[in-house]
Amino acid sequence: MSDVIKIKRGVDINLVGEAEEVFAPALPIETAAVKPTDFHGVRFKLAVKEGDEVKAGTPLLFDKDKEQVKFCSPVSGEVAQVVRGAKRRILEVRVLADKETSYEDFGSADPIELEREAIIEKMAASGCWPFFKERPYNIIADPAKTPKAIFISGFDSAPLAPNLGLILEGNEKAFQAGIDAISKLTSGQVHLGLNATKQVGRTLAQVKGVKITKYDGPHPAGLVGVHIAQLDPINKGETVWTINPEHVVIIGRLFLEGKFDARINIALTGSEVQDRKYHSTILGAALKPFLNGNVSGGLNRIISGNVLTGTKVTEEGYLGCYDRQVTVLREGTDPELFGWLIPKPDKFSISRALPSFFMRQAEKVTGQKVSYNLDTNTHGEKRAFVVSGQYEEVFPFDIFPVQLLKAMMTGDVELMENLGIYEVVEEDFALCEVVCTSKIPVQETVRKGLDLMKEEMG
Amino acid sequence: MKALHNLLEQKVKPHFEEGGKYHKLWPVFDGFETFLFVPGHTAESGAHIRDGIDLKRTMNTVIMALVPCLLFGMWNVGYHHYIALGVDATFMEQFIFGAIKVLPMVVVSYGVGLGLEFLFCVIKGHQIEEGYLVSGMLIPLIMPVDIPLWMVALSVAFAVVIGKEVFGGTGMNIFNPALLARAFAFFAYPTYMSGDKVWINTSVQEGQAVVDGFSGATALGDLATTGTTQYSALDAFLGIIPGSIGETSTLLVLMGAGLLIFTGIGSWRIMLSAIIGGAVMGLIFNIFAQFAISPEQQAFMAVPFWQQMLYGGFAFGVVFMATDPVSGSQTEKGKYYYGFFIGLFAIMIRVFNPAYPEGIMLAILFMNTMAPLIDHYVIQANIKKRQKRLALKTAGA
Repeated sequence: MSDVIKIKRGVDINLVGEAEEVFAPALPIETAAVKPTDFHGVRFKLAVKEGDEVKAGTPLLFDKDKEQVKFCSPVSGEVAQVVRGAKRRILEVRVLADKETSYEDFGSADPIELEREAIIEKMAASGCWPFFKERPYNIIADPAKTPKAIFISGFDSAPLAPNLGLILEGNEKAFQAGIDAISKLTSGQVHLGLNATKQVGRTLAQVKGVKITKYDGPHPAGLVGVHIAQLDPINKGETVWTINPEHVVIIGRLFLEGKFDARINIALTGSEVQDRKYHSTILGAALKPFLNGNVSGGLNRIISGNVLTGTKVTEEGYLGCYDRQVTVLREGTDPELFGWLIPKPDKFSISRALPSFFMRQAEKVTGQKVSYNLDTNTHGEKRAFVVSGQYEEVFPFDIFPVQLLKAMMTGDVELMENLGIYEVVEEDFALCEVVCTSKIPVQETVRKGLDLMKEEMG
Repeated sequence: MKALHNLLEQKVKPHFEEGGKYHKLWPVFDGFETFLFVPGHTAESGAHIRDGIDLKRTMNTVIMALVPCLLFGMWNVGYHHYIALGVDATFMEQFIFGAIKVLPMVVVSYGVGLGLEFLFCVIKGHQIEEGYLVSGMLIPLIMPVDIPLWMVALSVAFAVVIGKEVFGGTGMNIFNPALLARAFAFFAYPTYMSGDKVWINTSVQEGQAVVDGFSGATALGDLATTGTTQYSALDAFLGIIPGSIGETSTLLVLMGAGLLIFTGIGSWRIMLSAIIGGAVMGLIFNIFAQFAISPEQQAFMAVPFWQQMLYGGFAFGVVFMATDPVSGSQTEKGKYYYGFFIGLFAIMIRVFNPAYPEGIMLAILFMNTMAPLIDHYVIQANIKKRQKRLALKTAGA
């Protein structure tokens, strides 16, 4: 019997554009890319050059500081292009995919019988290591460290989030093998957080060797950071790793089959997508085949990931390494006459100063879900902090969010530490950013704060 | 709408942009343009969707909450004027007289305040922020009707420049700007801000004089000097008493409080705890009234604790001034302490301070200075909890 933890603070933002829970016919993978921009704080070195032939699992890049950590091609084919940005920073390494994928052979093995070092070596060599994120700082895990626990969130509570049961369907064996491998990496528990009110799917329900805790409540109840804060908050000097369940499956396949098989399922969501379904694809896949002819006209924003933490990409863009959905919204570039004054019911707000409050009440009475068709307009300009108590409504941590942000803005390292910076990453603050009256770039500030902290503390 | 926007964008905007004739006045143009149109800014970093609220709407909600007090204040000014003169007047005549007295103060307050804000923004090259929208309305509402307009203007200038802009503008001030304006006027021109000459307009027309036995003192002034007042608690609750323009009616202040609490824009924590603080002090006075040093003070101390909250600017201060999120306590727990002491000190100052019967202004300004300290201790508790957790871990290991 697992415990249920009730998360009270937070808010579910119901958006128009949920994906239907069926899989669309498979589309061929034409190109895929590894995007160094997905991995914060890594100094990359190219392992290939344009024109090289690679297999799935061949390293395209590696970490200059930890050379054993490789970033491998998810497909086999020819390295088509290395896209660089300012100061020759590598933005994408694109691979033109073969029709039939051929794989590097890393050798299958039963993780239960392997030593910790052997497991790490295998994951690092095959491109699976970047799946582990380390807290504090939200960076790729350092294989030289041993975390006090590893946390996996088995449900996604973000707006339009896909059903993880469906995403993971049919991967029971690989998920279990992945968990067996991961369990060897920590000195403590592997924690799996599940939704207390919804079906979780067979893959998650049948898993053994993890500590399951159930969570009930609005977003961010599905964020792994909330689970850590509830069960085992990070103190100074401690390390916790996190990993997404779909990545656990890929790790599982590595041990079962000896190959870097980066197939994942994603959901195509958002108001501007016409045929919203689940798709089988590959990590880093080009988004064009999914979007071509499938988005409405007009100016749109394509997001790899969800609307709270996802990355803005172009139609020529690629799926991010940690993303399990693609969202398309309208760009909100139209100015609105007296937009701050006229009470329009189609604006989402947690404040009762806007009529959406009454819609939320009506929702409670009638039981009919109200969905908002939101665009990317900020609905106001950036201001200093004025309103207080607003972040706290959606921030279920025992942390003072505004005070911590101010410490980050002023670069007060000691205060940041005292106020609990080790416990949080950018995504934990995403809802604060959404509800902010003063339109403060919260996640950007948190990232800068984490970077400064890492620099100062080493 | 589109045509208007195009006109602004194509014909007017270029003059204010880099290289334009009026580039220095960019903040002024930007201020007006963003007042008309919420700009088509899109989320560039972080979350891709944002809440529909912004600071303009927040401030606007507070102004809405103040409107009943403003309208009632206008009528009340006219009402007391005609009573003082012993002249019969209709409701409309009373209202129009009041409006003629009050609206110029509102205009001066906004004119001078916004003018200075624009000036600072032009000098600093900043965007215009909305902070003064609420202060501009609050300031005339907490002034006596007979104060000369130039004093209003000077007080506003003091509040905007010394109270806000020197700290960096909206969101950075440590004192409530509206109360600073009142405090400035009070200390600079005491004869225009207290006593019994300023609360009722007695400007007489030819052949008229104030009625015999007229006293212009406020209910609170009466209580402080004599221990009694001719105004009943019901008069005070409804607001048919002399006083600063917008503060007399507890009923309408409560309506404003209702809107602020409902929308979540005013902190109910501060309001509630201020009422509790005021009640506690009132009760203490009720109990110790017998030890008062003079019969007047004894009578004042014996005023039932709940009545204390109906007189003077207590309710207005608690609802509209104490809840200022910038100068008040910012932690949710801190707000309880902050509000409680405001209520407590407001009643204490009013009873014990012989020079000045209204305590809410000084109480709030004092607690403005204390708010960061309160927050500091609330935050320290959180920090200690974290340190204790670490210490336990280390000991356990």
